[in-house]
Amino acid sequence: MSNKPDLLHGVPEIPAGSVPHANGCDQSCFLGERPDPLSYKEAIQTVKNWFRANSLWVIAYGTGCGSIELRPLGTARFDMERFGIAMRPTPRQSNVLIISGYLSIKSLKRVIRVYEQMPSPKWVVGLGSCTINGGMYWDSYATMKVLDLYLPVDVYIAGCMPRPEALIGGFKELMRMIKNGETKGYIDYIERLDWYRENQKQIIKDWDLPDYSW
Amino acid sequence: MSLAIKIAWSLLNVLVAIAYGLVTYGVVRKTMARIQGRIGPPIYQPFIDLGKVIFLRTATSHGVMFFLGPIFRFVGGVGLFLVLPVIVGVPALENFSFNGDLLLAMYFMFFGSLGMALGAAEGGHPHSPIGIGRGLSQMTSFELPFGLAVVALISVGGSFSVTEIVQRQQELGGVLGWNLFQQPFAAAAAFLALLGMNMYPPFNIVGAPQEIPVGPPTEYNAVFQSLMMSGRSIFAIAKTVMFMDLFLGGATSIPEAFLKTFCIYMWTVFVGAVFPRFRTEQSIRFFLGWPTLAGVVAVLLPLF
Repeated sequence: MSNKPDLLHGVPEIPAGSVPHANGCDQSCFLGERPDPLSYKEAIQTVKNWFRANSLWVIAYGTGCGSIELRPLGTARFDMERFGIAMRPTPRQSNVLIISGYLSIKSLKRVIRVYEQMPSPKWVVGLGSCTINGGMYWDSYATMKVLDLYLPVDVYIAGCMPRPEALIGGFKELMRMIKNGETKGYIDYIERLDWYRENQKQIIKDWDLPDYSW
Repeated sequence: MSLAIKIAWSLLNVLVAIAYGLVTYGVVRKTMARIQGRIGPPIYQPFIDLGKVIFLRTATSHGVMFFLGPIFRFVGGVGLFLVLPVIVGVPALENFSFNGDLLLAMYFMFFGSLGMALGAAEGGHPHSPIGIGRGLSQMTSFELPFGLAVVALISVGGSFSVTEIVQRQQELGGVLGWNLFQQPFAAAAAFLALLGMNMYPPFNIVGAPQEIPVGPPTEYNAVFQSLMMSGRSIFAIAKTVMFMDLFLGGATSIPEAFLKTFCIYMWTVFVGAVFPRFRTEQSIRFFLGWPTLAGVVAVLLPLF
């Protein structure tokens, strides 16, 4: 139900205490619903988010069997490049880290290092059931079970294995979240670094990483 | 034309060249995608990528030389563009061409890569020096046929000035007056060398992502990368402008300049679309073979 004044059927009642405008128009002229104009900073942020969402560079780092689902994305059948998604071979130039399937504790160390070397803003996609609850490796001694404990995950793609279509669906969801400014994972990682470090050190027994891999 | 107006026009030319280079790169990506049966990114995708990397934050620091690397590369591209006349006879589009500009242009073609090599080596990533070694050895080998071709042009035209070389072709008149047909051996040597300069397959060993992560720029991100992207686009356009001036008779109008530079650039793209990659020693052998022979013939032919 709109609060818009019904100008066709008489002037609405003016609230008490309202001050008439200099040109004779009182506040009833401005009672209609108007969206707040975007502030300068918000407008810049919107533009930035649009750029970021339409140019996702994924680090080409496969941790598990899910990375085999990433390869078809570059082919004619699925073609992720039409969304501006490209593979980058170096963490310095990447924005998206895909944990593709199971993540062994040995690789977790490398993944942490890669994630911290990526420039902000950066996003993590958990691909497959293994990143959510361990999946078929739920009782393995060598893999981590819940990825959220070690890295801030923005989008999960469930399935074992999810097909490339599901992966594209996940990318579209990530793009929508970036455009709306809903992805705060990389900020959370900095703010709660001690908590993440504690969890990481619990399963990585031979911890020899620096305080933060710049 | 006063110097201030000249500088203003040259700045505008540089900006247009950067935008044109980015659009060309978008067209290249689209073309490659269509050849591979894909839809491909929109042709304005390089602008989005550029905008994104400008807005990135970075905390990477590897010393002063690391920062200077992309700047040298950018300066190399801008410098090469600024000494070449885009359209001879139109002062606004002649940039800062002078009597000896061909020598300076030859220097600027090396300058960017050398600066980049110094900067990238500072990054400390082990793959960067490998990429630099491959890139510089390949560059040295394709500079030989290109240098011979330029020497042939200079000896026939009797001038180090790009403007005079263009004017000579235009005085001969028509398409057959171009050096492409007047000096076919020099043109063959130069256009084969251009394949190596633009670093599309089969000569893309420098940034081979499957072997060494993108080669020299591995450690660069954010604003450094944006500098490199814009530097690369203006360098590509400057090279095609140079080839247009030297071999395709320059340009008499702006649409003609766009058409000719685009055709020259796409020549390397279409070759790249159908060939696999050469190893470093294979590409060196290639450039020191037929292209160099064509260059030697081009230099010696006027003597007989």
